[in-house]
Amino acid sequence: MSSISQKTIHHYLRHKKKFPHVWCPGCSNGIVLGAVIRAIAELKYDKDNIAMVSGIGCSSRMPVYVDFNTLHTLHGRAIAYATGIKFYKPEMKVIVVTGDGDATAIGGNHFIHAARRNIDLTVILINNNIYGMTGGQYSPTTALGDRSTTTPYGNIDPVFDICELAMGSGATFVARTTAYHALEAQAFIKRALEHKGFSLVEIMSACPVIYGRLNHKGDAVEMMKQMKENAVPIAAYEKLIEEEKKNKYRRGIFRQIESPEYTEQYQNLIYSLQEKQGVQE
Amino acid sequence: MTGKVEKSKKGTIIKSEYSSVKMQVEDSVIKTEGDYKKTPVYIYYDWCVNCGICVAFCPTGVLARKPDGSPYVKYPEKCIHCETCDRLCPNFAITGAKR
Repeated sequence: MSSISQKTIHHYLRHKKKFPHVWCPGCSNGIVLGAVIRAIAELKYDKDNIAMVSGIGCSSRMPVYVDFNTLHTLHGRAIAYATGIKFYKPEMKVIVVTGDGDATAIGGNHFIHAARRNIDLTVILINNNIYGMTGGQYSPTTALGDRSTTTPYGNIDPVFDICELAMGSGATFVARTTAYHALEAQAFIKRALEHKGFSLVEIMSACPVIYGRLNHKGDAVEMMKQMKENAVPIAAYEKLIEEEKKNKYRRGIFRQIESPEYTEQYQNLIYSLQEKQGVQE
Repeated sequence: MTGKVEKSKKGTIIKSEYSSVKMQVEDSVIKTEGDYKKTPVYIYYDWCVNCGICVAFCPTGVLARKPDGSPYVKYPEKCIHCETCDRLCPNFAITGAKR
């Protein structure tokens, strides 16, 4: 079996300085980090040619542990910083690791406009249905009726479907998977990195310590088993009757299309204007 | 981190002032040399947090839990080298041996 050994993974980690990591026991963020590193190791990218940008949150602590060019920025503004990096160095692979609250509530505007521009960023959105790090407030993806520290009697806000939001904004690669399907997550991240244009991989994750405890979802293993049951492939989901669709969600690649990329378009504009005015480089 | 830090060729050893716990981090943290049939899975207990994911999702039931919740290899002959434990471990604390 061709596989990536732990030695290869440790090549990409700051394993002497920052480990063991601070995430709670059973948190899926570590699984996603493993999937990201395996995807990068498979593609054989140079460590210095990758930039990992994040905002604030549990998932956004990920750049601390990896040995790439990393940037830990303001809450919700990760995509804005990543756009800056991409403009200055268009050949660099820019990965944004963000959470559901970080990307869709506080940084919602940055998210939809980066998708509209089709700038070549790879956004890995780890969706744990709650704000974990700041103390368990409800986020735009907390399900109807679920409890959090700010909705102790149940949430009454309807839920954001992040993949639909990204597709509505014009993202050219949209996929969703779960932390339980780690191999699928690795494959989707690999395809997203190879894709030219704005690519979103939403990864549903388990938060057993805050979300699981407040909603009586059980421990980490129990939450992973629920993920296995509830995440249904797109084709299988459409065959389900309306009653069976309750609590279930789709996983798979929703969209993969080719479209003009923003930094390329910008460079073409500069060249055409230089030609018009006769400017020599 | 408080405590004495000793650097050697093998790696860094951090000795805590408050306890007798030694944390040793080497270049290849989990050694994967040796007979893969006898020890198909290596566990790095310094990073393990006893979440139980590897034990629950092992397809053939190689692993089991000690009374304190930490995993150990119970039936090494059952291992099929699928590396599910390796992929699903959130703490990079378990790996399959090289065949």
